[in-house]
Amino acid sequence: MKKHHFLLGAITLMVYVFLIGPLLIIMASSFGEQNALVFPGQGFTFKWYAQVFQMSSFINAALLSLEIAFAATAIALLLGVPAAYALNRYPFPGKGILKTLFLSPVLIPCIVLGFIMLRYVVSRWNLPVIPSLLIGHTLLSIPYVMRVTTSSLANFDFAIEEAAGSLGASRGYAFFHIVLPNIRSGIASACVMAVINSFNNVSLSTFLTAPGIKMLPIEIMGYVEYHFDPTIAALATIMMLATLGVMLVIEKTLGLQSVV
Amino acid sequence: MTRKKHIWLLLVLPGVLFLVVFMLIPLFSVLLSTFFPDTGFTLDNYVSLIGSVYFQQVFGRSVRLSLLSTLICALLGFPSAYYISRYSRHRGLMMALAVFPMFTSPVIRSFSWMVILGRKGIVNSFLVASGLFARPQSLLYNEFSMTVGFVQLFLPQMILSLLGVMDSIPGDLTEAAGSLGATRISAFLRIIFPLCASGLVTGSVLVFTGCMTAYTTPQLLGATDTQVLSTMVYQYAMSLRDWSQASAVAMVMIVVTMLVSGIFNHLSRRINPLAA
Repeated sequence: MKKHHFLLGAITLMVYVFLIGPLLIIMASSFGEQNALVFPGQGFTFKWYAQVFQMSSFINAALLSLEIAFAATAIALLLGVPAAYALNRYPFPGKGILKTLFLSPVLIPCIVLGFIMLRYVVSRWNLPVIPSLLIGHTLLSIPYVMRVTTSSLANFDFAIEEAAGSLGASRGYAFFHIVLPNIRSGIASACVMAVINSFNNVSLSTFLTAPGIKMLPIEIMGYVEYHFDPTIAALATIMMLATLGVMLVIEKTLGLQSVV
Repeated sequence: MTRKKHIWLLLVLPGVLFLVVFMLIPLFSVLLSTFFPDTGFTLDNYVSLIGSVYFQQVFGRSVRLSLLSTLICALLGFPSAYYISRYSRHRGLMMALAVFPMFTSPVIRSFSWMVILGRKGIVNSFLVASGLFARPQSLLYNEFSMTVGFVQLFLPQMILSLLGVMDSIPGDLTEAAGSLGATRISAFLRIIFPLCASGLVTGSVLVFTGCMTAYTTPQLLGATDTQVLSTMVYQYAMSLRDWSQASAVAMVMIVVTMLVSGIFNHLSRRINPLAA
């Protein structure tokens, strides 16, 4: 009995070392003084962090990535929440198909989505880079918004909304003051997932970026092809700390369970 | 009254239009372009693609690496999830530690393997110092490093899918089976394992389709002679500007991932005794 525990525990420990260890090694090697990325490094310095903030290409790419992630998620909310509401609230034909349509971007491999957008949206209409990225990332975010909002609305009792209506509230008032507050936490976790997914996306953006206008992960990929210094380790550490911060906030407010 | 009746249309329409214009029409345009390149229907695009030895190698490598990674994820994920669900006193922490890499950029995760498996990396230092090899081995830019990257990328998904079903299994089920005379092994094989099977299938579909469509990891940890389907789409589209071949490969990717997830998700619903 005890032995059987021990074996499972040992395997689990090894699995977690495999999952987390590489990330810790990156963090540790960001403080090394050598110009080459080695682990274990020698000395202790923050100079690579200073270096990151001096590289305007990284800073600009990070800002662009954040802007696109938030803007695309906002558009996805505007498109997805009303649709999810209608699907849950009103009887009409073809609901199954519509629901599948809203969830379908997640079924198509991102690399394919990027390619078809490049060929039949961006090239055909000569779209500039920023709108193309915004459209592509909105496609990525819609399924997250749809999935979480429909499941939150499934638990919502629409009789409450009708009660508000019979007490004189307009449809709009009832939606914003009764329905929306009830599905707030579901929408919040959908937003977190959508923003993180969009921020980390490579395969869609790689078709839509242009020289000079790059998203952060693509900028990093380009950099590590030619350079192998601790600057990237420092940048990666900053990004991982930000991720940890986001996770802590989620855990304190929504609970991590709600986003996985 | 009609306005009220059709309010759903107003709410659904913007999203539907967006998806139709920016996803469905492009998707069908690409599909049609592979069958009707210039004039009339032809299968030439697919015939030449499937006939090419290069495509066969790339397709074979994609399937092989995805299957291998799925198998390794299942073998590592099952005991871990079982331990966490049954015995771990730090369940929340273990979940968080599985979610953390999932939220971390695949670029960073692949990059970490470039550091670890490189010629001066920790693995090679160990191999040389321990006397197993006289000089550093090339562990990077091959199928080995790609598989390591894939497994690390998708193992959290496997663990979380398995945890989902394992947590719904009552803890005293094994004891109940034991008191009815079953040995621990047979209780596990005949009761616990079948209950976990649906989670195992769901996790495997996530890992397999994830590996089949991943781009960052094969791009960073693979080489030009270890192309997979996703890097092939990119290469044909962006480097060679051969859009008809890129389209055909893209369609193959869609068909394979949809077939696999369709069949296995159906299977997972069929074999889940709790859902029945």
